[in-house]
Amino acid sequence: MTRVTASPPIARPRVERHATGAEAESPHPVKIATERVSLFYGGKQALHDVTLDIGSNQVTALIGPSGCGKSTYLRTLNRMNDIVPKTRIAGRVTLDGADIYAAGVDVVALRRRVGMVFQRSNPFPKSNFDNVAYGIRVNRLASSRGDLRERVEASLRRAALWDEVKDRLHESALALSGGQQQRLCIARALAVQPDVLLMDEPASALDPIATQRIEELIYELKRDYTIVIVTHNMQQAARVSDVTAFFWLGKLVEVAPTEQLFTNPREKLTDDYVTGRFG
Amino acid sequence: MKIDRVALTSARRRSVNVLMLGSTALCAALTVAALAFVLGYLVYQGGSSLNLAFFTRLPTPVGEPGGGMANALLGSAKLLLLAALVGVPLGFMAGLYIAEFASPGPAFALRYATDLLNGVPSIVIGIVAYTLVVLPMHHFSTIAGGVALAIMMVPVTVRGTEEFLRAVPPSLREASLALGATRWITIARVVVPAASRGILTAVMLGLARVAGETAPLLFTALNNRFWSHGWTEPTASLPVMIFTYAIAPYDDWHRQAWAAALVLLALVLTANVAARVMVRRPAVSPG
Ligand SMILES: Nc1ncnc2c1ncn2[C@@H]1O[C@H](COP(=O)(O)OP(=O)(O)O)[C@@H](O)[C@H]1O
Ligand SMILES: [Mg+2]
Repeated sequence: MTRVTASPPIARPRVERHATGAEAESPHPVKIATERVSLFYGGKQALHDVTLDIGSNQVTALIGPSGCGKSTYLRTLNRMNDIVPKTRIAGRVTLDGADIYAAGVDVVALRRRVGMVFQRSNPFPKSNFDNVAYGIRVNRLASSRGDLRERVEASLRRAALWDEVKDRLHESALALSGGQQQRLCIARALAVQPDVLLMDEPASALDPIATQRIEELIYELKRDYTIVIVTHNMQQAARVSDVTAFFWLGKLVEVAPTEQLFTNPREKLTDDYVTGRFG
Repeated sequence: MKIDRVALTSARRRSVNVLMLGSTALCAALTVAALAFVLGYLVYQGGSSLNLAFFTRLPTPVGEPGGGMANALLGSAKLLLLAALVGVPLGFMAGLYIAEFASPGPAFALRYATDLLNGVPSIVIGIVAYTLVVLPMHHFSTIAGGVALAIMMVPVTVRGTEEFLRAVPPSLREASLALGATRWITIARVVVPAASRGILTAVMLGLARVAGETAPLLFTALNNRFWSHGWTEPTASLPVMIFTYAIAPYDDWHRQAWAAALVLLALVLTANVAARVMVRRPAVSPG
């Protein structure tokens, strides 16, 4: 893998930097690479030397018991941990080969490329339209009012929510059901046209039907986005992901194609966890 | 024997329960009764003197019947407008600083200072405004009274702003930051709008409170039997008018004082109720 020593701007390279040599043959070149990432909350270490490559246009699931560092890991990928006071990170995280923790990196630009959906849906107390338009507006992506409307509609369609909200675009987002709110949050994240979508237990607060809709949506979206999803639900990981990474006490124990990890894991610990012997 | 004791304690517990319930409910009822009494008495005393002239006419000279307090109503409105225009932005920015930017030490100190300012007796605030505004200008004025009330509005606004900004769920900030918004944009477009109704409520309650303040106006805005033009003349206001009329030895002035008190209370209560209704409305901020 190519190392970029200077700090290249977090721009949107049209060519995959990693698509060199043998990797060019892979349909899923490395999108995000973390090398020996450790993260500390004050004196408490939450991640230990996590090295993991995340392939583009596929779904990578992070599983593991509660408190093992899944959310923490996810939040290192768009530097959301920066806003937690007294955090310190060691190691390297690259997006398309560029170090996202290098000096001079524009965090705002990074977060535009790496979108995030949270565990509890968190729509703004604004209208459905304004929720989706928010990221477009603050990043000045739309050239006109018409363009803004089109982008909002396209994002809502992608999130499979358009038909449900097209007649209530200007009503409060808080009036939507939980599942709709979460899809609105997905639409809101898609509206700034990220490459990567990070999802932290996006369906954990939803009923089975709403969960199924989110899972179908994730399946749809992976054609165009690189998706990393945290879930404590192993069936869900098995259903939606291509690759699964198992975390344990802040360490990455094993990463493998999902089917392999669930049927034929390399590590005993993984086996114990996926067969429900603890957790 | 054992069973008896259990029965005894449970009987005692029941009587303590009844006693506590009874006495607290009584005190609660007394509180409501106090409000009802004040309201009822004001309506009884002031209602009869309340007519259109009260709202449209100037006060008449002693002995001449009729007249109103139009100048005091306008004076109070101008004073409150000044208090809001000066005190609210100041308090809002300070509250924003404390809630969003100050580190814990300075935040604590600022909060403490704000509470102290809130506890300064209003007459003392009047003296300060007198020294700051009246002495340099050499006369009493709407500005001086407005400044006094503005100083009183500052701590109310600071604490209201801070409290409601802090109450905005962190998940909303995270959502905004994760969409590539800067910290400033997040504060301006998400945090402040989400807190705005609460802040507005605090401001209205504050204004309702200072609307009835008399002491800080006595030697800043003073009083005026006529219209006060512009901002640099002494002005009448409802509380000072009530004070002046109530201590005067004339019956018809007393009646007018009651009427003014009724109007003042009605305005304050309306502002209070409006503020409460505002916080309840389901949240959707335009834009
Ligand atoms: N803001 C924080 N400050 C201090 N410790 C934290 C913070 N967030 C998470 N932790 C700790 O880091 C560890 C990993 O947490 P987290 O990444 O949330 O786990 P998971 O998402 O797998 O449940 C836990 O022990 C948790 O208590
Ligand atoms: Mg978590």
